[in-house]
Amino acid sequence: MSFSSILADIIGATILFAVPLLLVALGGMFSERSGVINIALEGIMIVGALCSCLTLVALDKAGFGATHPQLGMFIAILVAAASGAVFSLLLAFASINLRADQTIGGTALNMLAPAFAIVLTWAVQGQGQTTILIPTWTRITQENFGIEKADTFFQNLIFKSFYLTTIVAVILFICAYVLMYKTRFGLRLRSCGEHPQAADSVGINVFKMRYAGVIISGCLGGIGGLAFTVAAGSGFQSSVAGYGFLALAVMIFGNWKPFTILGASLFFALFKIIGSYSDSIPFLPSFKNVNSSEYIYLMLPYVVTMIVLILTSKHSRAPKAEGIPYDKGTR
Amino acid sequence: MKNYFKSKGFITVLASVISIVVGLLIGFILLIVFNPAYAVGGLGSIVSKGFSSSDKFAKVLYQAAPLIMTGLSVGFAFKTGLFNIGATGQYTVGAFMALVFGIQFQMPWWVCLIAAMIGGAIWGFIPGICKALFNVNEVITSIMFNWLGLFMVNLLLNNMPVMLADHWGASNKDRTAALASANPSAIIPKLGLNELFHSNYMNISIFIAIIIAVVIYIILEKRTFGYELKACGFNKDASIYAGINAKRNIVLSMVISGALAGIGGGIYYLSGTAQYTIVKSLLTMGFNGIPVALLGASSPIGIIFAALFISYIQVGGEALQPEYAKEIIDIIIAVIIYLSAFSLLVKNILGKFIKTDTSNVNAEDKAPASPEPAPVKATEAGSTEEKGGNE
Repeated sequence: MSFSSILADIIGATILFAVPLLLVALGGMFSERSGVINIALEGIMIVGALCSCLTLVALDKAGFGATHPQLGMFIAILVAAASGAVFSLLLAFASINLRADQTIGGTALNMLAPAFAIVLTWAVQGQGQTTILIPTWTRITQENFGIEKADTFFQNLIFKSFYLTTIVAVILFICAYVLMYKTRFGLRLRSCGEHPQAADSVGINVFKMRYAGVIISGCLGGIGGLAFTVAAGSGFQSSVAGYGFLALAVMIFGNWKPFTILGASLFFALFKIIGSYSDSIPFLPSFKNVNSSEYIYLMLPYVVTMIVLILTSKHSRAPKAEGIPYDKGTR
Repeated sequence: MKNYFKSKGFITVLASVISIVVGLLIGFILLIVFNPAYAVGGLGSIVSKGFSSSDKFAKVLYQAAPLIMTGLSVGFAFKTGLFNIGATGQYTVGAFMALVFGIQFQMPWWVCLIAAMIGGAIWGFIPGICKALFNVNEVITSIMFNWLGLFMVNLLLNNMPVMLADHWGASNKDRTAALASANPSAIIPKLGLNELFHSNYMNISIFIAIIIAVVIYIILEKRTFGYELKACGFNKDASIYAGINAKRNIVLSMVISGALAGIGGGIYYLSGTAQYTIVKSLLTMGFNGIPVALLGASSPIGIIFAALFISYIQVGGEALQPEYAKEIIDIIIAVIIYLSAFSLLVKNILGKFIKTDTSNVNAEDKAPASPEPAPVKATEAGSTEEKGGNE
């Protein structure tokens, strides 16, 4: 492999794995800035991935997917968002209406989602069949644009692992930024995460705002689940391999702000995939005398993030009222 | 006696029992939806399998011991206001240390357990020190240390040929050696319990776990140290004002929490029946400590019963296969925890049904205003078990 094609691969794979982190961390941001700690992101991802993958399989069987591949993928994304939102309502109900402990509710949902996914996958696909395979037509290839296949840098960069989720993520990122910082809604949402009593005193409905925050996080988390499954490539296996929790780390690392979250997710994804290319990158040590040295590279993103978190912790600022159920009576 | 039924404790227990019943009901509905022909038998197996034979009961105790430890780990951190989601990493490192001392260094079992404790403690110490000195959120650090622990253990094991099963005559390379062939003295003694129960699963680990739970109870409830830890959990600023060294307490709490999870890993893998398999996914036993701690309301005594309960229905769930996926049990547990999260509401509704008179309202006011319904929940898990036995 030439250097340029390796570089294209690395950049492409980084973007591919950064997409789910970005989407889910943005989701977490909406929820936390409205004042609800959303530890259930992992579960939301799983539910979104489960429903959208089942949709994809159904579309594939109906023959719709082969004829309208990207429309099919778009439907799957909508299903992912909707199912994630519905699932997140469980968290919203417990933590906003019933003022339950948000970590406990979230933990319950994190347990519920993978178990439910396994049970449902068994029911749909038969006993012991725990993997839902994603149809191959979901990937965007050169043919979709009528371009001839060629071994150029840009074609390798773009078409090796290109899915509709990437485009959607870019659009949603811009929307998220605008919504958060350029609209009245965003300002109100943020005020509910900082000082809900003050927000209430000027006529903002804190409950509604927090519901909105959690539901948006459910939508983004659900799409993130689908994005992770297409990135992982081996089908949906009732798990998102801890990406929901990683997204939480990315969100904190990104200081609850969209652009830093984008940077953090790219940073994390780069270190995550650099290990798989360690053999082909000349300047990286290859640890010849160590058995299964891939673990060294698997540890790398966590070690780097730890160091960065320690170094940047002085500037870290969580929303003030997050995790505290809103009670009109308190001052 | 009449007042007893109106008391706060009774309503708390009733609320928990309702959570469990609703959880089982939803499980039953799922069984009906997915495979109606086996539904009744399936529910029967969930609620009664654990008592069906002494071997099954031994398995309940065998799985409950590490669950108690990871539950204590999470619960202890909860008491100090920390969420130790890293119990699974500490559990993994503890298991690794126990196995290294058992297989590589040929040490007796109690040395291995101490090593497991130290391993877990180190893995809890780092998130603790990050939280105390740099104010890095302990949830994030401990999530990362879960993966770091897993990868590090796998890396080390792959580079320690003596540790693996193929060095001791077995054919597989992907797991650690069976202690029976590598070093029988590292197996936790069974004291004849295995013959009493006719089961290889039985050893004294459940008693070790219960003793440790009682020790933790004494530390938390009867010692100044435990009081200081809890004070930090309730109100950090107030406890600093009162002269408590909050930073030291955060670190100590995470160290103790990690040590508890580490012992859990030790007692599970020193049982002689389990071998550590090198895979790239986190061990569920550590994560299951979270529901155990929540169900036990973070009280050490409650955690013992919660762990027994969860282990009990898990053994029942394994008997569901192959008609159903055993994960139906996880759904039931998740529903129970979700419901217990808003037990406040359930209690309010119940309180309206069981109309309290004026004197009783006063009695409620006098009751200590603890944020968690502490050890009362213990009875709840126990009562369900009795129910299971009766059926």
